[in-house]
Amino acid sequence: MTAIDLGLPLIGGLDDVPKTDDKQTAKDFTSDQEVRWCPGCGDYAVLAAVRSFLPTLGIKRENTVFVSGIGCSSRFPYYLDTYGMHSIHGRAPAIATGLAVTRPDLSVWVVTGDGDALSIGGNHLIHALRRNVNMTILLFNNRIYGLTKGQYSPTSEQGKITKSTPMGSLDHPFNPVSVALGAEASFVGRAIDSDRKGLTEVLNAAAAHRGTALVEIFQDCPIFNDGSFDLLRKPETKDQRLIPVRHGEPIRFGPAGDDGLGEYAVVQEGFGLTVAKADEIDQSQIVVHDQADQNLSWALSRLSDQDLNHTVTGIFRQVSRPTYDDLARAQVAEAKERTPQVDLQGLLNGRDTWTVAG
Amino acid sequence: MSQSDTAVEQRSEVVPRDRVVIRFAGDSGDGMQLTGDRFTSETAAFGNDLSTLPNFPAEIRAPAGTLPGVSSFQLHFANYDIVTPGDRPDVLVAMNPAALKANVGDLPAGGVIIVNTDEFTKRNLTKVGYDANPLEDDSLAQFSVFPVAMATLTKGALAETGLSKKDAERAKNMFALGLLSWMYHRPHEGTERFLREKFARRPDLAEANILAFKAGHAYGETTEAFAVTYEVAPAKLDVGTYRQITGNTALSYGIVAAGRVSGLPVFLGSYPITPASDILHELSKHKAFGVTTFQAEDEISGVGSALGAAFGGALGVTTTSGPGLALKSETIGLAVALELPMLIVDVQRGGPSTGLPTKTEQADLLQAMFGRNGEAPVPIVAPRSPGDCFDAALEAVRIAVTYRTPVLLLSDGSLANGSEPWKVPDADSLPRIEPGFATERNSPDGAEFWPYLRDDDTLARPWAIPGTPGLEHRIGGLEKADGRGSISYEPANHDRMVRLRGAKIDGIEVADVEVEDPTGDADVLVVGWGSTYGPIIAGARRVRGMGHRIATAHLRHLNPLPANLGDVLGRYRTVLVPEMNLGQLSLLLRARYLVDVHSYTTVSGLPFKAEELQDVFLGYLTGVQT
Repeated sequence: MTAIDLGLPLIGGLDDVPKTDDKQTAKDFTSDQEVRWCPGCGDYAVLAAVRSFLPTLGIKRENTVFVSGIGCSSRFPYYLDTYGMHSIHGRAPAIATGLAVTRPDLSVWVVTGDGDALSIGGNHLIHALRRNVNMTILLFNNRIYGLTKGQYSPTSEQGKITKSTPMGSLDHPFNPVSVALGAEASFVGRAIDSDRKGLTEVLNAAAAHRGTALVEIFQDCPIFNDGSFDLLRKPETKDQRLIPVRHGEPIRFGPAGDDGLGEYAVVQEGFGLTVAKADEIDQSQIVVHDQADQNLSWALSRLSDQDLNHTVTGIFRQVSRPTYDDLARAQVAEAKERTPQVDLQGLLNGRDTWTVAG
Repeated sequence: MSQSDTAVEQRSEVVPRDRVVIRFAGDSGDGMQLTGDRFTSETAAFGNDLSTLPNFPAEIRAPAGTLPGVSSFQLHFANYDIVTPGDRPDVLVAMNPAALKANVGDLPAGGVIIVNTDEFTKRNLTKVGYDANPLEDDSLAQFSVFPVAMATLTKGALAETGLSKKDAERAKNMFALGLLSWMYHRPHEGTERFLREKFARRPDLAEANILAFKAGHAYGETTEAFAVTYEVAPAKLDVGTYRQITGNTALSYGIVAAGRVSGLPVFLGSYPITPASDILHELSKHKAFGVTTFQAEDEISGVGSALGAAFGGALGVTTTSGPGLALKSETIGLAVALELPMLIVDVQRGGPSTGLPTKTEQADLLQAMFGRNGEAPVPIVAPRSPGDCFDAALEAVRIAVTYRTPVLLLSDGSLANGSEPWKVPDADSLPRIEPGFATERNSPDGAEFWPYLRDDDTLARPWAIPGTPGLEHRIGGLEKADGRGSISYEPANHDRMVRLRGAKIDGIEVADVEVEDPTGDADVLVVGWGSTYGPIIAGARRVRGMGHRIATAHLRHLNPLPANLGDVLGRYRTVLVPEMNLGQLSLLLRARYLVDVHSYTTVSGLPFKAEELQDVFLGYLTGVQT
């Protein structure tokens, strides 16, 4: 286990969820609803990855719940044959919190987008993360408002020309990973929709994590923000930009060099990090990823602005700390233990009663 | 409760009284709420009927000695059943000039004022605009004024305790309580026990407060100034076991009880807001009953988490006041679309906006009724007295669970903090509430689960909770196909679903409204809802006592309205609706029944006075007002 040991029993995110030995397939997790995203939408790739990944968890399908907000990605639950709720704009983390606190036997997932999670629902997101409720939040980031037809989002680059900003957007964008780390999330990961292997790897770790896991998924809106992540997809540009990290491994990326590792490396610079050519530096300067190191996680999230110049994928941070829902249930259990036989009549009577006789 | 302890040898004359209204008033930091609360407990233990009205500023500690900082607690107790906290105090206990100035206007001529003279310094008098000391001129000539140097006497009594002068002086409210307890022959073991428990970690403070209490008692006994004490005999109430209870406590107990009788774990998602927070505080103590409380990051999360818990099969509850209800609107609309049970408690306060956080009002009725986008009907239940909050909570949960719908419970500030004797119900006799979770596929061919296939009688949809194999389904805010529950934009389906949701709420079985018309031939019917019950009944009793005929009816259910209400309204020449808003129920009744309802409204942040309604009723009964 790679998480920090706080002296607590290390339990996984799915440990309380009933298991099944039945063979499950992606088809079992596919509902009868016709998928209605635009052709070429990145959501299709994520849906396919999730459908094929869920059966591998070995948990009962009926104990899986997807809760979403509003936006294109929030239609997600309709396309999975699990329990699901398509709720209202920005509120899915709050709704999922009530569900997760009362039902430890469920695997609870939140599907949200950059507008849903970071604009209208920003408050619920940061509080879910700080509380560390046992659920996994999939944040689909296409850096645009799709369902309302093309306004800029809180992750759009500054100066973006959209329907609502004909002279360019003025807002400085959020970095979702930095936001999550700032909210002291116990698990923060990032993946790209088209990278099925990388996405599945992060999803697996997120599902197994006990606490709130935030996974930012880059995906394209082919209608309103087409090619927004092309720099990270095209071989000629991605080599110098895309930095997959793995716990315990030196951070090297790009085409393989003489030693079989990436041509580039992430190295310490002052209090932050920078990128260097691996063969031009002392090997000891190369940063080894430690997902329990708060400062490192933060620095990795700040490696470049939101210009995709240097973009880290993988698991930024994973630590074990008590979850809100476990603690809440423990208090109820402790109270029940102290008072095994509750007495409703006694409660209603209170301490001072008097009797009126006939 | 034994009364022997009050039968000490009395030097003074004992005058019997049917009823008395006392108001304790002082600075926010003077402990007036505690003092009033203790006097109430003594009075309840003695067996009087009673009703209370705490009245305090929204500021925790407004500048000391100022008018905005005045906090008061009014208690009405009697040897018969009473329904209001009383209009005008017979006795005013004023701990400082501000308390005197703010309250003396409510006193009838001949009223008693017991005043703490130590605070009547030139500086304090100037602070509240007294040019001269009212205790020294003749401005209070029409009252019986008893000047008592309470702080000095308290400090004197505690001189041997070793407490600092400042700490000793803080016990002056217990001195006042002791004096009043003597004057009205209240039993005092309860107060001593209470103080020992409250200051369990500071036995020195407990003993000091008890000493101050006894000093006040002894002061009354030995000072010749007080020639008279008063006796109010116990009231003849229905046979049963009684306790004193506030509306917020009764409401909390109703929620705990609802969890027990339904077998559902209770989940409360709530954001603190005056005057609803005490429900969160109370419920947080009852985890042993399987109650989970979640202090959310905001009002929206409070209701959202409750809805999430309801989806998972818990009894989801959220509590708030008017501004919070506004924030919850969208989620309540979602709950209407999802058709999941949920209880939303709105403890109404003065509005609009932040308004009067600690004062009462009933101006959220139309917000509760219509405050959502689209056609989003929600049942509304309203308690009429503090104790009734218990029954109202159970009734609201019965409707929510039976009909799979969010239900709004409209309490208000005066019910929340007011108290009365409550006949404690028999816990074993509370009716069961059956959740009736779905366990089987229900489509016509039995092969699928259709989440919107309704019960023929109630029109409720099945409540299938996650973890139930074979019933996996998706619900959401998008319109759903009747029956199957898949997304549907089909025009005829939307029209059908809107009407079905409306018909479900309209079809909820609620008890007929009862009319109190003692002579059976009244021309005037007074219709009320919520906390106006007390003043309406008190006003009606008064005019009946004058020989007039008047009928009253009080609504527990505001949506749907009782099936017999139209007939009832049609039987009377004049229908009058008094409300603490600008006529919201009147608007609903006029629209629904085409009855020319007369509206009488006061929106002062305080409950109606019985005298005020008596005069309004008389106006209609004597033809002055038509």
